[in-house]
Amino acid sequence: MAEHIIELEHVTKSFDDNLVIDDVSFYVNKGEFITFLGPSGCGKTTTLRMIAGFDLPTSGKILLNGKDISLLPPNKRPVNTVFQRYALFPHFNVYENVAYGLRCKRVKNTYQNDKGETYTKVERLSKKDIAEKVSRALALVDLEGFEKRSISTLSGGQQQRVAIARAIVNEPEILLLDEPLGALDLKMRKEMQLELKAMHKRLGITFIYVTHDQEEALTMSDTIVVMADGVVQQIGTPTKIYNEPANTFVADFIGESNILTGTVVGDKRVKFCGKEFACLDEFELNEPVDVVVRPEDILMCAPEEGTLVGDVISVIFKGIHYEITVQVGKYELVIASTQRREVGERIGMNVLPDGIHLMKPKYTTNVFDGVITKHNTVKFADGEFECDVTQLYPGSHLDDEEYLITAEGEKIDLTDVEVRVEVGLDDIEISDDAEAGGTVGRIISIIYKGDHYRLIVRTEEEEEDFVFSTADLWNENDLVSVIIPKDKIKLTRKVTEEKR
Amino acid sequence: MRLPRFSRKTLCIPYAVFLVFFVIIPMLVIVLFAFTDKEYHISFDNFIHFFSDPSKLSTIFYSIVIALITTVICLLIAYPIAYILARSTMKKKYIILMLFVLPMWINFVLRVNAIRELFNLLSALPGMEWIESANYFKTVFGMVYDFLPFMILPLYTTMLKIEKSLYEASADLGAGWSATFFRITLPLSVPGIMSGVTMVFLPSMTNYVVSDMLGNAKVTIIGKFISDYFGNDWHMGSMIALVLLIVVFLSTWLTGGFSSEENVRGTNL
Repeated sequence: MAEHIIELEHVTKSFDDNLVIDDVSFYVNKGEFITFLGPSGCGKTTTLRMIAGFDLPTSGKILLNGKDISLLPPNKRPVNTVFQRYALFPHFNVYENVAYGLRCKRVKNTYQNDKGETYTKVERLSKKDIAEKVSRALALVDLEGFEKRSISTLSGGQQQRVAIARAIVNEPEILLLDEPLGALDLKMRKEMQLELKAMHKRLGITFIYVTHDQEEALTMSDTIVVMADGVVQQIGTPTKIYNEPANTFVADFIGESNILTGTVVGDKRVKFCGKEFACLDEFELNEPVDVVVRPEDILMCAPEEGTLVGDVISVIFKGIHYEITVQVGKYELVIASTQRREVGERIGMNVLPDGIHLMKPKYTTNVFDGVITKHNTVKFADGEFECDVTQLYPGSHLDDEEYLITAEGEKIDLTDVEVRVEVGLDDIEISDDAEAGGTVGRIISIIYKGDHYRLIVRTEEEEEDFVFSTADLWNENDLVSVIIPKDKIKLTRKVTEEKR
Repeated sequence: MRLPRFSRKTLCIPYAVFLVFFVIIPMLVIVLFAFTDKEYHISFDNFIHFFSDPSKLSTIFYSIVIALITTVICLLIAYPIAYILARSTMKKKYIILMLFVLPMWINFVLRVNAIRELFNLLSALPGMEWIESANYFKTVFGMVYDFLPFMILPLYTTMLKIEKSLYEASADLGAGWSATFFRITLPLSVPGIMSGVTMVFLPSMTNYVVSDMLGNAKVTIIGKFISDYFGNDWHMGSMIALVLLIVVFLSTWLTGGFSSEENVRGTNL
C-alpha cells in the first residue's frame, strides 16, 4: 500500500463569511502526480495554499506524513511552490533567485575535535554547495549559462523554468504547482507539460498540480481530484474520471458529453430520448436518472438498424474526428466519429451498454426556508414571492381582512410563520427584467441536457440556488430575475416548537 | 473656414515661454548677481568671501546636519507605518493613511504656530523648563512633524507595488520574517526611500519658517541666511543661493533622482 504523504481531514475554509472549502477530505500518495481540477472559484487554489501554509484552514486538519501541520508557517514546511505568475524576485538575477532557498537553509553538520569527540553545529550551506546545487537545478530545467541574467530579460517560458528550479533546488518532499503553465502559449504549454511529467519521474517526489484545463489534467496526472463549489466531486485516475464520471458536473467538465434525463424501466434498463437501452448501472425501478453518453460512444449506422433515428444538423471537422450534431425528435445529440456525414442526412444510432452512464440526479426539486409576511406572501432567497397560504392548512380560506380561517373556523395570523418552500425544476422562469420576478441572481451553471438546459441561478446575498430547466439559451454570469407562478410554490409548515 | 491645426510642437509654446521667463532667465540673473559686485563688475569676491567665512560655512554645515537628522527620524517613523499599511488587508486602511496626510491640508504656518504654542504650554510645566531653550530639538521636531507625510506617501506607494506573492515565495523558500524583510522588502522599497529622502531632506534644509518660529531665531539654516542677505546684499544672497542649488543638485544626483525609470515621485501627491 502506498504511503499517504498528505492527508486532509474535514478541512473547511471560509474567508469572512464566504465558505470556500466545504468539508474536504482526501489523501495524496507519496510520489504521485496529483491534480486539483475545477473551474475558477472552485477552491482548488485555496486547497493548495493551505497545503503550502499561506492560508490556514478554518477547521479540520492537514497531515504531512501523519503529523499535523495545519498551523505550521510556510517556511517550516518541507514543500515548495511554483507560483502562478512565478513570483520571481525582480532585484535578483537567475542565480540569486534559485539560491534563495538554499541561503535560508540551516543544516546540522557533525565534526570531530582534536580529542576525537564529535559535536554538531547548525550552519549555513557553504558557497560551494550552493553553487553546485544551483547549477544542477538549472541544468535540470535547461537553463545552464543563464546564472547572471536578470529576471526582466527572460521570456515567459524561461521565467517559468527559473521558478521551477527555484522550488526543486530545495529538494522538497512535495512540489506544489499553481496553474504554472497558465501564462504560456499553447505550444510552449504542451512542451512544458511533457517536461514536467518527465521531471516528476526523474525527481521521484510528489507533485500537486492545480489547473482548470481538463486536457492538461488528463495528460499529466496519476490522480485527478475534481472540485466544484468547494467540494470534491470525484477522485480517481484520468481514465476512471473520464470513463466513469461520478456525476453530471464531472461528465460535463471533463471532455464532451451528452447529458440527458432518463428513467429506469427495468433491471439494467433505462429509457431516454424515448427509447429503451440496456446499461450496466443498477438503479431502482422508475427512478429518474441523469444519463451521460460520451460523443464517441454513440455509434452511427443505417437508419433502419438504429435504436435512435435522427437528422444530421451540423458537421464540424476537428482534425482527427468529425463532431456531428443530430436532431433526434426534440433532443440534440453530439457524436464524435471518424466517418463523415452530410448535413440533412438521416442516420441511425446505437449506444452499447458500457457507453451509458447513469447517475443520480443532483437536483429533483428546490427547497428553501421561507417566512410568511403580513401580506400573505413568502420571503426566501433574498426575495418575496406571491403564494397561496391556504395550502398550509387544508380546507382553510382567507377572510376579507386577509386573515386565514381554518376549516374549523379558527382565525390565524400567519405573519412571521416559518415555512418550507418547495419549487419544482420545471416551475421556474427567469427574465432579463430585474423587476419581473421575486428575486434576482446570477446564472452560475449551464448544462445542456439534450433537449433543454439545466441552469443554476444563485442569489447574491444569501447565495441560495435555484435549479431549473429551460429551453432557452442564457449566458453564464447573467443577472436575471426569478419568476415563480403563485400556484407552483408549495408551502409546508415547519415542525418547530410552539412559541409561548 | 479652416481651423488652425495644433501640432504637439505648437502646444508646447506656452510652456516654453513660461520656462524661459520663470526658470531660465531668473537663473541667469542669479548667476549674474552672484558673480558681480555692487557696481555690476565681474568679480569673484562673493565666492571667495563665502568659502573663507567660517560662520557661513558652519551655517551650511548646521543646515545639512539638521536636515539629515530630520530625514533619518522621518524615515524611522514612516517606514514601519508604510510597511504595516501596505501589507495590511484591512479594508479601511486608506482612512488611516489619510489621517497621516491630513495635516498637509492645513496651513503650514498655522501648524508650526500650533506646535510653538504647545511647546510654550509644556515648558510652563514643572521639570519641563528645558524645552524653552532647546531650540534645535524644537526645530527638528517641527520639521519631522511637517515633512513626515512626504516620507510616508512615496514609501507606501512603493511598498504597495511589491507583489504579495513575493512575500509568500520568500516564506515558501524557508525565509523567516527578518530574512524576508532584509532580502526582499528593504531592497525593493529603495526607490521609495530615495524619493522620500529627497522630498524631506531638501525642504528641511531651506524651509526656515520652522526654524524661525520654533528656534527662537537662534537656529539659522541656509534658507534663512539667503533671505537675510537679500535684504541688503543681493550679490552675496545670489551666491549662497547658487551654492545651495549645487548642493541640491549633487544630492539629487547621488540618490539617483534623475533616473527616468522607477520614478515614484510622480505618484505621491
